[in-house]
Amino acid sequence: MSLRLLPLLVTIATFVLGAILCSLQFPHFASTRVFTNLLTDNAFLGIVAVGMTFVILSGGIDLSVGSVIAFTCVLLAILIERDHVPPFVAFAIALSVAGLFGAAMGALIHVFRLPPFIVTLAGMFFARGMCFVLTTDSIPIGAPLYAQLYRHAIDLPGHGKLSVIAIIMLLVVAAGMVIAHRTRFGTNVYALGGNRVSAELMGVKVGRTTIAIYTLSSTLAGLAGIVFSFYTGAGSSLAATGVELDTIAAVVIGGTLLSGGVGTVFGTFVGVLIQGLIQTYITFDGSLSSWWTKIAIGALLFGFIVMQRVLVAVAGRRGSLA
Amino acid sequence: MTPKSTIPAFGVLALLMTGTAAFAADTLTVGFAQVGSESGWRAAETKVAKQKAQQDNVTLKISDAQQKQENEIKAVRSFVAQGVDGIFIAPVVATGWDSVLREAKDANIPVFLLDRQIETSDPSLYTAAVTSDTVLEGHMIGDYLAKITNNKCRIVELQGTVGSSPAINRKKGFGEAIAAHPDMQIVRSQSGDFTRSGGKQVMESFIKAENNGHDICAVFAHNDDMGIGAIQAIKEAGLKPGTDIKVVSIDGVPDMFKAMADGEANGTVELSPNMAGPAFKALIALKTDHTQPQKWIKTPSTLYTPATAQAEYDRRKPLY
Repeated sequence: MSLRLLPLLVTIATFVLGAILCSLQFPHFASTRVFTNLLTDNAFLGIVAVGMTFVILSGGIDLSVGSVIAFTCVLLAILIERDHVPPFVAFAIALSVAGLFGAAMGALIHVFRLPPFIVTLAGMFFARGMCFVLTTDSIPIGAPLYAQLYRHAIDLPGHGKLSVIAIIMLLVVAAGMVIAHRTRFGTNVYALGGNRVSAELMGVKVGRTTIAIYTLSSTLAGLAGIVFSFYTGAGSSLAATGVELDTIAAVVIGGTLLSGGVGTVFGTFVGVLIQGLIQTYITFDGSLSSWWTKIAIGALLFGFIVMQRVLVAVAGRRGSLA
Repeated sequence: MTPKSTIPAFGVLALLMTGTAAFAADTLTVGFAQVGSESGWRAAETKVAKQKAQQDNVTLKISDAQQKQENEIKAVRSFVAQGVDGIFIAPVVATGWDSVLREAKDANIPVFLLDRQIETSDPSLYTAAVTSDTVLEGHMIGDYLAKITNNKCRIVELQGTVGSSPAINRKKGFGEAIAAHPDMQIVRSQSGDFTRSGGKQVMESFIKAENNGHDICAVFAHNDDMGIGAIQAIKEAGLKPGTDIKVVSIDGVPDMFKAMADGEANGTVELSPNMAGPAFKALIALKTDHTQPQKWIKTPSTLYTPATAQAEYDRRKPLY
């Protein structure tokens, strides 16, 4: 049990230590405002990372999420601005389209036994390409709902504002934790990632679970797209490029094994916060190149992967990870 | 962060924390959300901003958004959280700024847009925009070309990225300038996408189409990079750029000055990389005696000719 929890503890310790170091260096850092900003700024990343956690837990990968976010934003902008669809109807349409897209990828992966890497890579190009088919412009969304959302934030002491999109993200993380650790589907995902053959022998419906996993991931990417459109108030085809890689990094830093079977949704959430923390540190400093964000995340990733290898080796000697 | 720059930053932050008005301090702190460093011009803009900040005794915090709007928004929100005295944004795209600008406005932080405009339903969300007059740039180079060709010229045009505002405006300004002269006309016009390779390719096809270039009097490129590409194409066709075919463009990057000094180009209108300087001035005026700046602060557009090219090249080289 301790071996399973160790990566999570290391992740949490990294975040706490980082936050303390930042607060010591910048007097304005230790405020509810910076913390709620961290939640708001990384809301879309947090949501999509929850979906990615399930995919990676099952031993797969989903490279299409960034493009699905962009596609959702563009679709929403067109539906709301050009076709005057009420925003909530547009949200439902966007989520359904994203969900179906994920289901199709899941079905391809299962039925034709294709590697998820290739299928979702194709999905990534397809979704990004479809954005440009819809429009090459960046379309502002002027619906009153979008302007109002900004006003509906819960004020916290110290100028902190818990925004709607931050609340959505926290709810998704909570729901993800329940699904992963308290439902049959969650158990199946872990079993599939642990060992596909024995999962099948134990009676896990592999096909149904695989399709459900990719549907969940794409639907959450669609939700992240809705949140992203709240965040920028516009739909642009170039939005969220490279987010799939940031997401995978967050999941791995959060303590999930890339080979599947081990990991937690909460760890992913902390992984997202760590990335946000590094970015915030660099803007607070103001003299460092922002590319240091990537370097720091790269170094962290490397450290966590090495740690995972060591843990797996140790566990292998002891017999099992449990 | 070096200890030197830490001390003033801490001073300002400490003052802010005790609730003292920020402008009472010696130094203002400004956050600059920069698009990235995709071109030499962009890098020069950042470099000039740093120099001007030092001159005006401003603590400048720069964030490179790596061409991503979400990074720029994050940076702006982080500047608001830090309680800076002013925020500069070089917006990567025109839309999607309303909510983050509203946040800055609620915190009473003036926002200056550098080099590009935004589309917004509420222009009061930003204090001022510092940009060049791209129509004027086109107009100036058009007038100049008329002067050096005695109002008689068959012109080919290398357009910028289709639909981009500098391409539209520079074309418009140039068109206005030559409209006064019936013997000046654009005979061919195509997009070279603001790149050297694009400019070269399009120019090659123009030369082939126009009697191996002998019927072309001048090429007008929407930016210097395409102009430099065109110079190469002209040379490869066995003609002399600057004499057989005149070359005029816009931007004022060092390579263009070099080309002019070598006699291969005839003129360029500089798009000043000093966008931050006027913004610092306006911000300081706003903070000290509450002078509301103009909504649109135009940066000067200056025409440069081969006569001063070598000196200008030497002066500019360290910036790029």
